[in-house]
Amino acid sequence: MDFLTLIQVLDSTVRLATPLLLACLAGLFSERAGIFDIGLEGKMLMAAFFSAAIAASTGNVWLGLLAGVGSSLMLAALHGVASITFRGNQLISGVAINFLAAGLTVLIAQDWFKQGGRTPSLLSGGRFEGLEWPFAIGPQDAEATGQPVSQLMKAANPVQQVYSELISGHSVLVYLAFLAVPATWWILYRTRFGLRLRAVGENPAAVDTAGVSVVGLRFAAVAICGLLCGIAGAYLATALQAGFVKDMTAGRGFIALAALIFAKWRPWQAMGACLLFGLLQAVALRFQNIELGPIVVPVQVMDALPYILTVVILAGFVGKAIPPRAGGEPYVKER
Amino acid sequence: MTLMKSLMGAAATLALSAGAALAEPALIFDLGGKFDKSFNEAAFGGAQRWAEETGGTFREIELQAEAQREQALRRFAEAGANPVVTMGFAMADPLSSVAADYPDTKFVAIDVTWLDAPNIRQIGFAEHEGSYLVGMMAAMASKSDTVGFIGGMDIPLIRHFGCGYAQGVKAVNPDATVIANMTGTTPAAWNDPVKGSELTKSQISQGADVIYAAAGGTGVGVLQTAADENILSIGVDSNQNHLHPGKVLTSMLKRVDVAVYEAMKAGEDLETGVFAMGLAEEGVGYALDDNNAALVNDEMKAAVDAARQKIIDGEIEVVSYYADNSCPALKF
Repeated sequence: MDFLTLIQVLDSTVRLATPLLLACLAGLFSERAGIFDIGLEGKMLMAAFFSAAIAASTGNVWLGLLAGVGSSLMLAALHGVASITFRGNQLISGVAINFLAAGLTVLIAQDWFKQGGRTPSLLSGGRFEGLEWPFAIGPQDAEATGQPVSQLMKAANPVQQVYSELISGHSVLVYLAFLAVPATWWILYRTRFGLRLRAVGENPAAVDTAGVSVVGLRFAAVAICGLLCGIAGAYLATALQAGFVKDMTAGRGFIALAALIFAKWRPWQAMGACLLFGLLQAVALRFQNIELGPIVVPVQVMDALPYILTVVILAGFVGKAIPPRAGGEPYVKER
Repeated sequence: MTLMKSLMGAAATLALSAGAALAEPALIFDLGGKFDKSFNEAAFGGAQRWAEETGGTFREIELQAEAQREQALRRFAEAGANPVVTMGFAMADPLSSVAADYPDTKFVAIDVTWLDAPNIRQIGFAEHEGSYLVGMMAAMASKSDTVGFIGGMDIPLIRHFGCGYAQGVKAVNPDATVIANMTGTTPAAWNDPVKGSELTKSQISQGADVIYAAAGGTGVGVLQTAADENILSIGVDSNQNHLHPGKVLTSMLKRVDVAVYEAMKAGEDLETGVFAMGLAEEGVGYALDDNNAALVNDEMKAAVDAARQKIIDGEIEVVSYYADNSCPALKF
């Protein structure tokens, strides 16, 4: 395997890890505040559909993003009302949201576009396109020299390869997702809001005694979760793809949950876990069956690894994954 | 109570006989969905054509899960639909158990050729022959001497496509490299355009500049990415040239629409047995229209048409993957 191949796999890793990372951070905010969220998948799916649908009908991807985030926030509000206000079971509410999103998206899409539960393909302008950084090798160079990009890339020096392939050329949402990691860390560990948010997930009674609204904090956390899921969904439909197809999240919300547990509910580790899971997917896509000497590792093993790793973590082989103490329990003032 | 019973009995009889008298055909779409712009959509096109020409109506269902296959078959058979057209190899098992229970109903199985039942019309397409032709075109259009193949679910049928394609490529340029990838091993692989996109990018970075997608709905992602990255792609089953005009080299046509149309037209008098649709029967071929006219030059067209004739005459033999479950030109 040469250096360029390695860079290309890492490039693919970044693209595949981005939706996982956004969803994982979304789950982190929610779960750190004591609200378990199985509904990441559903929120992403809903956002994917509405961002694609609005982008397709208006031709403006930013309106699409706004609609995607809006729809995801609606579902987050539903989750909040069910599990915070009415103290319902958070897991059941999350599962319901997943079902709701899977059914509603296809139903609305079919009624709206009559294309069998998909949106029309988005044209340029309706999509987030890759940002070519200055001096990076891109399509313009290919046109100027008459050689394909892959040839130019091969001829370039390693620094240029890393810069052009790995750093440049992603959509704006990818950079946003990676900037969200330090932002999350800063909010959680360096602001008053973050301290209270973490406290409300560990011991809501103490927060309540201090005169801070538990309900308000939890709703804020769920809203941030909705916002991030919305961006993740919009990224899938309008940046990675050019349109919505049914069930296009394909389990990414659950892999994000696995990553969250793997990272033990911490932001930097979440990025690491998402990049690791993204890398596994990228390797599985690039090298179908991996031959390790006499053993051939089939591609299915790579696909299953995120789940296997999570089970290993949960079983306590690699340290202990302890969820926020008040997670999953509705807060009742007086018992 | 007795009155109620007899009333309901009468209603049921009426409903049953009404169903039997109508005998409208039914069409069961595979998991890719009716509008996959490919295999299932071709079937829908054929059924639409029949409906428009005859003014008849047909019943249809889009399967959502494996468990629905037998259920849908039985429901249509019970309702008196005749013939019941089914799409895809995965219907073989449910068909083999259901068909015997409804001897008066005719079934049509597309992509199934190995069942032993008197009331099934089984239609197999010579996908390897059509793929051979588009493989030749890919090799002629490629500047990097590297072409790609992206399959959907990893099943013998899709390997059959890939194998014919690789043979066509090697026939034009024995030194050409064929990169082949499968999207997955579950039915979800028919509907994962994100993965299709990533596979395309991976093949492009390995030098491929023409990519053939035989992957149902996943292919939409392949064609999209190929167009974005300014390389050529080849569509499958339906004519997909219009999806990205000037960027899709051609489409390997599998005339599922013709098969469905003819089955519905024949109605209850449908001839059963195993039928092969190859180049000679115009069951497979390549698509040429305004959208790709600029991409296909005369030399290319002449070479492909000559090969087509030679395959029909038996001068060129395209090895079928099914023959011994291996491919001389491509290792999966």
